[in-house]
Amino acid sequence: MNKIINNYEILEIKKIISETDTIKTFIFNWEMKEGRIPIPGQFVMVWNFLGKNDEKPMSISIIDRENSKIGITVKKIGDFTEKLHNLSVGDKLGIRGPYGNGFNIENIENKKILAIGGGVGMAPIACFTSYIGQKSNIDVVCASITKDELLFSEKLEDNSANIFTCTDDGTCGFEGYATHRTIDLLKSKSYDMAVVCGPELMMKGIFELLEDREIPAQYSMERYMKCAMGICGQCCVDNTGWRICVEGPVFSNKDLKKIEEFGKYHRNASGEKELY
Amino acid sequence: MLKTELCGIKFQNPLILAAGVMGSTASSLNWILESGAGGVVTKSFSINPNKGYKNPTTVAVKGGIINAIGLSSPGVKKFKSELKLINKKNMNGDENIAIASIYGSNSDEFAYMVNEIESLVDMIELNVSCPHAMTGCGAAIGQDSDLTYEVVKASKKATSSNTPIIAKLTPNVTDLIQIAKSAEKAGADAITLINSVGPGMKIDINAGTPILSNKFGGMSGPAIKPIAIRCVYDAYTNCNIPIIGVGGISNYEDVVEFLYAGASAVQIGTSIMYEGIDIFSKIKDKLKFFMKENDFKSIDEMIGYANK
Repeated sequence: MNKIINNYEILEIKKIISETDTIKTFIFNWEMKEGRIPIPGQFVMVWNFLGKNDEKPMSISIIDRENSKIGITVKKIGDFTEKLHNLSVGDKLGIRGPYGNGFNIENIENKKILAIGGGVGMAPIACFTSYIGQKSNIDVVCASITKDELLFSEKLEDNSANIFTCTDDGTCGFEGYATHRTIDLLKSKSYDMAVVCGPELMMKGIFELLEDREIPAQYSMERYMKCAMGICGQCCVDNTGWRICVEGPVFSNKDLKKIEEFGKYHRNASGEKELY
Repeated sequence: MLKTELCGIKFQNPLILAAGVMGSTASSLNWILESGAGGVVTKSFSINPNKGYKNPTTVAVKGGIINAIGLSSPGVKKFKSELKLINKKNMNGDENIAIASIYGSNSDEFAYMVNEIESLVDMIELNVSCPHAMTGCGAAIGQDSDLTYEVVKASKKATSSNTPIIAKLTPNVTDLIQIAKSAEKAGADAITLINSVGPGMKIDINAGTPILSNKFGGMSGPAIKPIAIRCVYDAYTNCNIPIIGVGGISNYEDVVEFLYAGASAVQIGTSIMYEGIDIFSKIKDKLKFFMKENDFKSIDEMIGYANK
């Protein structure tokens, strides 16, 4: 038995950043020791034990190895996330992880990289971009529905990435979807690789664009998750049977081609299929 | 060499995926079959869709995990379409064995379920042993020898195609033999021993509260193996139907121990968490080597070896 199954740590919220009206980043102290040092694209399970209020997977949006801190960025979309948004600095949450396969960051030096994030899907993209820092030349498509929901665009600019904002309603940057912005960029630029995270239909569109141009890419997937330890089977995908919590959440384009449900459907808590 | 037969069903090897582990979709079951398991048991399902319990549903403890997933499933109508997609043969052309795990709250529900699915699977395992099922299901049945008898009898009666019926029993009873004999008397073709132990509980001392949303759940993993071995040994001595051993198997030595105790085949579940999917192929290779070294020509020669 060699795998470390991390258990909960009850951690105090050290800082809360209000990113937008509906999105907050929560920062925790995190001991960086073997089996616990996250890489971009990995996730943690967040247990809000106050009021016995459920547990959900959350992407890691900040990895600060120097100061031993991690952050998660949470959009208010339901009961669980609303209760998280009501917490204050000093309140506590149960965190276990990191889990899953993150982005492959080997041999990434001096590569021309296109990073694409839609909505709160910018969380792992921002993490990746900050982590890679100066090692590569990164263009980031930062997409959202409207200006007020644009995530991390200013922070990443400070980090020497080239930011290309786009909003569905045209209130900031390019008017249109992330796919449109990407098509526009690809007219004049070439890339060695791409990383993508966002709503699945957005990723499906981007996937087709990048495949057409033979740009290898990595995609961060999301599925309903229970144990996150690779055992309950809740997050398995058709037709490979792979577990998003172990074999994912990040998949290369080569592997993603084998996941036939990608962009088509996912499963709910009881395992019933729900079409996109 | 690893081939074994159970209730007339031929397995290419005695290693089976246990119920409740990666068993919600045909895709994950097929992956496990391709990775070397001789058979798979689905996650338990019943008539209606069930969301199961809220998270946290699983927590790691020393020697294993405690889970209270709560029998989440899409219900029999939807699950039938998954059953149809389970590959009957693997890439080498060997037979794959598919076992459906079903649950219900009374004998009528079990009989209905058997009738619905018997043509789609090779065997049916009755879950009368889940320690964290909702009221009236799982261990609530299996801890009572009369209820166990009724459910097995009704399930057996409902089969029209001789699909073998396996009763999966709980170790959390005063007299396991009494329950096992009830199942046998009611016509069970085999028994699976054991389901998870307990219920158990884990309290986080910093949060000051039980971790599982259901508060308690079933303990599985290496720590429960000695209990499972004893149950299999006892049942082998007292019953005359085949036994499938399960509980804490993580390597070939564990498999040998279960066979020696009297199991005709074994199920593997929690150890996938530590060892990954290739646990089946790893154990198969080492089991074969052990058999050669110890001059066993077949699995049959090993069954009940320690009882002789």
